[in-house]
Amino acid sequence: MAVIDLANPTRFLNLVNRVLPWLTAATVLLFAFGLARAMNAPDDYQQGATVKIMFLHVPAAWLGMMGWGVMSAAALGTLVWRHPLADVAGKAAAPIGAAFTFICLVTGSLWGRPTWGTYWVWDARLTSMLVLFLLYLGVMALYWTAEDPGRGSRAAAILSLVGAVNLPIIKFSVDWWNTLHQPASVFRMGGSTIDPSILTPLLIMAVAFTLLFFTLHLAAMRNEILRRRVRSMRLMQAQELAEAGA
Amino acid sequence: MRLAADNLGCSRGGRTVFTGLSFSLSGGEAMIVTGRNGAGKSSLLRMIAGLVHIAAGQIELTGGDAEASTAEQAHYLGHHDALKPSLSVGENLGFWAQYLGGDAATVEPALEAVGLAPLSGLPAAYLSAGQRRRLSIARLIAVKRPLWLLDEPTSALDAPSQVRLAELMRVHLAGGGIIVAATHGPIGLEAPRQLRIGPGPA
Amino acid sequence: MNALLALIKRDMRLAMRVGGGAMMGALFFLIVVVMMPFALGPDLNLLARIGPAILWLGALLASLLALDRLFATDHEDGSLDVLMMGPLPLEVAVAAKAIAHWLTTGLPLIVISPVLGLMLNVELRAMGVVALTLLAGTPALTFIGLVGAALSVALRRGGLLLAVLVLPLTIPVLIFGVAAANAAIVGPAPFGPPFTILCALSLASLVLGPVAAAAALRHGLE
Repeated sequence: MAVIDLANPTRFLNLVNRVLPWLTAATVLLFAFGLARAMNAPDDYQQGATVKIMFLHVPAAWLGMMGWGVMSAAALGTLVWRHPLADVAGKAAAPIGAAFTFICLVTGSLWGRPTWGTYWVWDARLTSMLVLFLLYLGVMALYWTAEDPGRGSRAAAILSLVGAVNLPIIKFSVDWWNTLHQPASVFRMGGSTIDPSILTPLLIMAVAFTLLFFTLHLAAMRNEILRRRVRSMRLMQAQELAEAGA
Repeated sequence: MRLAADNLGCSRGGRTVFTGLSFSLSGGEAMIVTGRNGAGKSSLLRMIAGLVHIAAGQIELTGGDAEASTAEQAHYLGHHDALKPSLSVGENLGFWAQYLGGDAATVEPALEAVGLAPLSGLPAAYLSAGQRRRLSIARLIAVKRPLWLLDEPTSALDAPSQVRLAELMRVHLAGGGIIVAATHGPIGLEAPRQLRIGPGPA
Repeated sequence: MNALLALIKRDMRLAMRVGGGAMMGALFFLIVVVMMPFALGPDLNLLARIGPAILWLGALLASLLALDRLFATDHEDGSLDVLMMGPLPLEVAVAAKAIAHWLTTGLPLIVISPVLGLMLNVELRAMGVVALTLLAGTPALTFIGLVGAALSVALRRGGLLLAVLVLPLTIPVLIFGVAAANAAIVGPAPFGPPFTILCALSLASLVLGPVAAAAALRHGLE
């Protein structure tokens, strides 16, 4: 019953309007808490304070990938069940996912400057994220180019699913390409276990970022529904004028 | 004001469409061009508009602006509406008004004349075929040009809009303008001149 | 003058509205440049050395392929007919469209080129030089591509034909663009001569391009 209720955009809007203030408040609080914990986390013995960028970088990377997951789920909803909100959910997720991926790339690049001595290294993980970012831009361009929202969403849904299937293949091939060429000088992350003094704030930040994602996503879905209403009202206006024989 | 065509010939893709076509119209006169499909009605209009190369003969518009070519004194209403779907109704007309040498002040009255003023802020993509046609006609009102070349002007228009177009054409003729229209049906003008291209009855 | 500004403004507006192609060229540029290391390998020293060439090649392809629909949409919706009946000479109207196109497609390429330079490990000072050569050279690309765009409307073929027609004509721009960039970065040849020739190429195509494109459009109406 609940799902059918939510399929009705008006009910969905009411729900969003009720939930959004709480979600926003929770996001702000969790960010304040997480950032405070992150500030107090000890510096890395090797990298110093730059390691703190990881508190933004890692959650952003997770959400960049989750954004594509949300888009793929919405794509299934659009193509299989033709759910009216799935369209909206997919379209709203694309720019948000792209923004998180972009944050991941920028923070990675800022971290790379003191660590690698250059802003960009064709490291396997960063490169995979870059390809993900390009795919996001492609989907956004598709939405941007389509004049009729319905046709645009179906095309974008197909592209999202193709992307979802392709992303692991891309990831694998980029890893393979990178190890093939791996320059010896590149510093490699990971390997050692992460200390709880770093892990706890990282997890808090990850939850805060996830809440931020959903807050932004719900708000963007609301905007998109309203935008489509404005569009149909204007279409009706043109129609009425035609019928009035003006 | 006088539009004279002398011994016009037209060929497209190596095929002769018509030859030896002559006519002359003075200010206040309208002419209906009829003929079968492919007889060259559209080609004749496009020739006068300077959009198709004149294979033989000549076209002259005298008594107008001596500095300007025939094309610059003519409005051409073709099969396509020359509208951009992503621009609003007002922006579309405003651009043509400015580009063709009119000014922004003429846009509102022209939209009023075709009954589209309430839709001025709407993207042209939202218009129906008839409304698009009317917006295209508004261009003829917004910028004053003495010669109107209309290719099937009534297509996509409903009965009230056809009446309105006929009224606009009468006003144009009364002001000394010239109209050349290619059409299959009546366009609501009293006793226009007739020009039949090609052999055989319609 | 009024008509000229109106046309530039309309084309820029169309490019930036929904469905317009303003950012598409920059996006294509980004993707082409990102593809290069996958083919060449991620060796930063190598990339830094050939970075200017990669950027120039990417900018060349992006600015030409984006031109594909410059006249085609106006032709299909009947706007081109009305544009030809305006008070502007067709050459000037065509140039106005090219200027609007360069402002919405060429300029973004130059703006994002430093970011791409960063990824190719081109150092900051060198990147400034590359951006400067792009600024001087991309108008030439747009105005040469203009001829191809007009021809493809006249011939009613688009896409690859445009690239096949126009790419050979852009070789001088590529040669002097990359030469000027390399001269400034690694030397030993002086920067001045190739850069001056690049500017000359832009100015010459600013005149020749619209004349040839207008002739192609007029001829296509037969």
